[in-house]
Amino acid sequence: MAELLKVEDINVYYGAIHAIKGVSFHVDEGEIVTLIGANGAGKSTTLQTVSGLLRSKTGSIIFEGKSISGVPAHTLVSHGLAHVPEGRRIFLQMTVEENLEMGAFTQPNASTASSMEKVFAQFPRLEERRRQIAGTLSGGEQQMLAMGRALMSHPKLLMLDEPSMGLAPILVEQIFDIIRELHKAGTTILLVEQNAQMALSVADRAYVLETGKITLSGTGAELAQSDAVKKAYLGG
Amino acid sequence: MEFLSYLISGISLGSVYAIIALGYTMVYGIAKMLNFAHGDVIMVGGYISFCGMMYLGLNGWLALLLAMAVCTVLGIIVEGLAYRPLRQATSLAVLITAIGVSYLLQNTALLVWGATPKVYQPLIPLANADGQPNALRLFGGQLSISYMSLLTMAACIIIMVGLTMFTSNSKMGKAMRACSEDKDAARLMGINVNTTISVTFAIGSALAAVAGVLLCSFNPTLMPTTGSMPGIRAFTAAVFGGIGSIPGAFLGGLLIGVIEAMAKAYISTQLANSVVFAVLIVVLLVRPAGLLGKYVPEKV
Ligand SMILES: Nc1ncnc2c1ncn2[C@@H]1O[C@H](COP(=O)(O)OP(=O)(O)OP(=O)(O)O)[C@@H](O)[C@H]1O
Ligand SMILES: [Mg+2]
Repeated sequence: MAELLKVEDINVYYGAIHAIKGVSFHVDEGEIVTLIGANGAGKSTTLQTVSGLLRSKTGSIIFEGKSISGVPAHTLVSHGLAHVPEGRRIFLQMTVEENLEMGAFTQPNASTASSMEKVFAQFPRLEERRRQIAGTLSGGEQQMLAMGRALMSHPKLLMLDEPSMGLAPILVEQIFDIIRELHKAGTTILLVEQNAQMALSVADRAYVLETGKITLSGTGAELAQSDAVKKAYLGG
Repeated sequence: MEFLSYLISGISLGSVYAIIALGYTMVYGIAKMLNFAHGDVIMVGGYISFCGMMYLGLNGWLALLLAMAVCTVLGIIVEGLAYRPLRQATSLAVLITAIGVSYLLQNTALLVWGATPKVYQPLIPLANADGQPNALRLFGGQLSISYMSLLTMAACIIIMVGLTMFTSNSKMGKAMRACSEDKDAARLMGINVNTTISVTFAIGSALAAVAGVLLCSFNPTLMPTTGSMPGIRAFTAAVFGGIGSIPGAFLGGLLIGVIEAMAKAYISTQLANSVVFAVLIVVLLVRPAGLLGKYVPEKV
């Protein structure tokens, strides 16, 4: 399968803090790849570096064969990369509809309505609340909006940073069902999760990140069986 | 009747403050900085329109357009050269830079146009050829409202409605609101944050030029410091109404204008400023976010 994203030897610093230490990984077209790891391991930093919000001092980030390291963040959406950041980061003072429109910012205006219909088909709850101010949505609805907003740009690669954070178990199930559906529909997904069990159950392949380094990698099933992962992330 | 006429002069003065305050509040809302040089852009607008009329023989309206064009460019240049390099800097550094830009503009004006006040030709002459005031007379002539005041109030309403429609309906306007909430999230949407901030400065500066022309039409002495005091009052108005809020700037501007006019009429001219600031302090004690400033609940 063709390689969609290839991250090679990136090093990211916050001032003097060396947060990412020579991380390399890749995501093939059509895969779900997950990055798991404890708090502060550097998962969000890795995604932010891929999406251009942070810069790596070394190495390269290749998307569809083209280097995107050093490219301004706002240009990446039109390359087909969408990032649902940690904590959702929807525009709280804007309506559901306006948030979705922002997701389609780089798309031709004429296609916005049909993209929105597609998102509403995926998330009917959002359609009922299309004129509601996003800040008044429940946590689960906000997560759906964040994902819907990212889908408005028809991404080739969807990066999700802890989509299950703060959600009740039933909503976590729902979010993972949606991830499976998106995957079935052909979207490649890079998933960051603390909920390792759920993440490994949907992932084709997985990487374990520990204090800025990748310490393990393998198929989802392999890692779910691995003693090290069981002990550290699956509670036994 | 006397009260009504003070009220009207307060509203028209307040309309000018509101137009200036809109610039402050938009820039604050999106760039999260207090552009203390905003008042001086008003002054530049005044001088440019003055020169347009004086040396290029333009009529007042064309001179206004020229001033808007020049100030728009000035706003974009100031933002690009002085503020953009400080995007990651502390807000204190940005504030000091803005004060520096303010002095730079004032002293450049001093160098170019000198310290002697210029006598400004109002956009609508206050009196017509026969020496009759150019004003709307009501109640058998007991109350007269100058056409200049009417124009100012109309301009303020048109600008306010226009900006509200722009920010709520246009793609660029929505992108501005997105940037004002969360710049990184806006970047992830594909919004160029730098461009959006430039556009905001451009709009604010064009409005400052309009305010400059209106202000000089009421108060026809033009000096390099002409913009400072109205700038400070308009800043007060923006905070009063809730900085970052467009209707807040409108309401704050009108209230500050009316309070100032009433204080001048019924208390004393000298104390007018103190009264304005006293009211501001009381409002901020009761509502720290300003009259229309809002808090939004955040869910985790
Ligand atoms: N803005 C910042 N300034 C300084 N250090 C930071 C900043 N953001 C993150 N860090 C540090 O970088 C490291 C990696 O953080 P990151 O947010 O990438 O972790 P994470 O794996 O996403 O954790 P979590 O699961 O809690 O979200 C941590 O040690 C964190 O303290
Ligand atoms: Mg994180």
